[in-house]
Amino acid sequence: MTDWTRASALEMADAMRAGTVTSVELVQAHLARIEAVDGVDTPSHIHAFLHVDAQGALETAAAVDADRAAGVELPLLAGVPIAVKDLVVTQGIPTTAGSRILEGWVPPYDATLTTKLKAQRMPILGKTNMDEFAMGSSTEYSGYGATHNPWDLTRIPGGSGGGSAAAISAWEAPLAIGSDTGGSIRQPASVTGTVGVKPTYGGVSRYGAVALASSLDQLGPCGRTVADTAALHEVIGGHDPMDATSLDEPVPACLAAVRDGQENGLAGVRVGVIKELTGEGFQEGVRLRFTQSLDALRATGAEIVEVSCPSFEYALAAYYLILTSEASSNLAKFDSVRFGMRQERDTIEKTMLATRAEGFGDEVKRRIILGTYALSAGYYDAYYGSAQKVRTLVQRDFAAAFAQADVLVSPTTPTTPFPLGERVDDPLAMYLNDIATIPVNLAGIPAMSLPAGVAPEDGLPVGFQIIAPAHEDARLYRVGGALEKALMQSWGGPLMSQAPELEVAK
Amino acid sequence: MSTLSRADVARLAALARIDLSDEDLDRLSGQLAAIVDAVAAVAEVATDDVPATSHPIPMSNVHRADEVRASLTQDQVLAGAPQAEEGRFRVPRILGEEA
Repeated sequence: MTDWTRASALEMADAMRAGTVTSVELVQAHLARIEAVDGVDTPSHIHAFLHVDAQGALETAAAVDADRAAGVELPLLAGVPIAVKDLVVTQGIPTTAGSRILEGWVPPYDATLTTKLKAQRMPILGKTNMDEFAMGSSTEYSGYGATHNPWDLTRIPGGSGGGSAAAISAWEAPLAIGSDTGGSIRQPASVTGTVGVKPTYGGVSRYGAVALASSLDQLGPCGRTVADTAALHEVIGGHDPMDATSLDEPVPACLAAVRDGQENGLAGVRVGVIKELTGEGFQEGVRLRFTQSLDALRATGAEIVEVSCPSFEYALAAYYLILTSEASSNLAKFDSVRFGMRQERDTIEKTMLATRAEGFGDEVKRRIILGTYALSAGYYDAYYGSAQKVRTLVQRDFAAAFAQADVLVSPTTPTTPFPLGERVDDPLAMYLNDIATIPVNLAGIPAMSLPAGVAPEDGLPVGFQIIAPAHEDARLYRVGGALEKALMQSWGGPLMSQAPELEVAK
Repeated sequence: MSTLSRADVARLAALARIDLSDEDLDRLSGQLAAIVDAVAAVAEVATDDVPATSHPIPMSNVHRADEVRASLTQDQVLAGAPQAEEGRFRVPRILGEEA
């Protein structure tokens, strides 16, 4: 009997059209997998999901199957199950953004992204774990406990979207939704051997996404293959009048770009290696797999050049000032009045003080306080104002680099996944995870992480980052499609086939 | 720029409406001072001739049609509230006894 959880999303879609499997069977297979590996009472305890909506997913699947049997024309991914990061609101399904302050909150409306998944007729398996309000790089700052990396259960799955990445890496879902403010799609993809894309800022509507830092946040697709990720990107992208920052332009032709890269290679494509994001500070096995990926790109016809982005030295500092400033404002709405937790005291002010003390975790408190400081009178110019200038310098570096290259590349993360607990009390060490992903968010441009192999020294996944100019998301998929094909030939199959088998509940 | 003191953190937390215990203050103020020292580097390169960027993709005057459309009902809006009464959010009193 075929184990459908091991198929790609596009294979599942083809099989449903061919009549060899139904959507109900696919959803049942994934729910069984979730039951076998996700819960606290299972031997693996991946903990990718905060909430599983079995009934809703099965209902959607049954309706798709009935329509297909009746000959109704259906969208490409109709019936393919998906997991959604818990900061995207879903009507009738709890949404917490990983925070205790929103425990039990059931949104009264759907995010535009949720509406698009429903229009595509995709069964939503559930909501995935994340660092509280997407603040973190390991899911250890989740209010509900960490997610475990399916490659090594003692290690971090990345963050903030560790739940989404672990779900697809543990075969609990073929596709997932993530959000990327400083690397929260790409860094988890890197450390779990999966694919994740941060679209151009404004490429996917954020209406109904719980905001972290509004000038940086972007929703995007996660999958196990570049083609699956491309298909999902096309489903969720596009203009939305409900989001004033949404780009009013056509959805990029991602899937066609993947096919182009796979079939025609990369002759004439200039690939720029960012000098500042290689070498010192990057683990040996990460550097090795990165260099081998460059060789693979060269073999498909690409030209490799070196570019320099000197302002990146200041990107991390600027990012934390901008992010915390915007977050301190966005999170003011958790005030015990309209939704979420309340710790009742005799006045509203004391109630707010107690509610936010109880409901927020340490990292959220740190960032709100830092943002409050950066925006306060007398410090605004030195901190927030300076950070915005650094943002200009980072954008100029990218503009100069893109004059020499069509896409830019780097390792996605400096290291393979580190042990859970190692950096949880050292915020500055935790922030260094995102050193290579953060500049992209400051500039609002699109980027992808895809598997580059496993590091020989620890057998854990390494990610390869591809960066394109604004609005040129399709370039990521062309280059990613060509690189994935070349690397898979050298591995003799997808990287995920090298992942250890998880122990399952009987 | 000066390092953040314990008293600064206490004042900022009050402004941000987060009650911090003495242990919280001990733990967080050391971490925050280290973070502030690390991020202060931005001022080194932020010279007067560099313009600020507030938004990554420039846009201005984004409008949509000014039309009546469906919205949440009063019951839906109040359903998530910790307390509601007579179709409104119920909150503790604004002023304390001493006011």
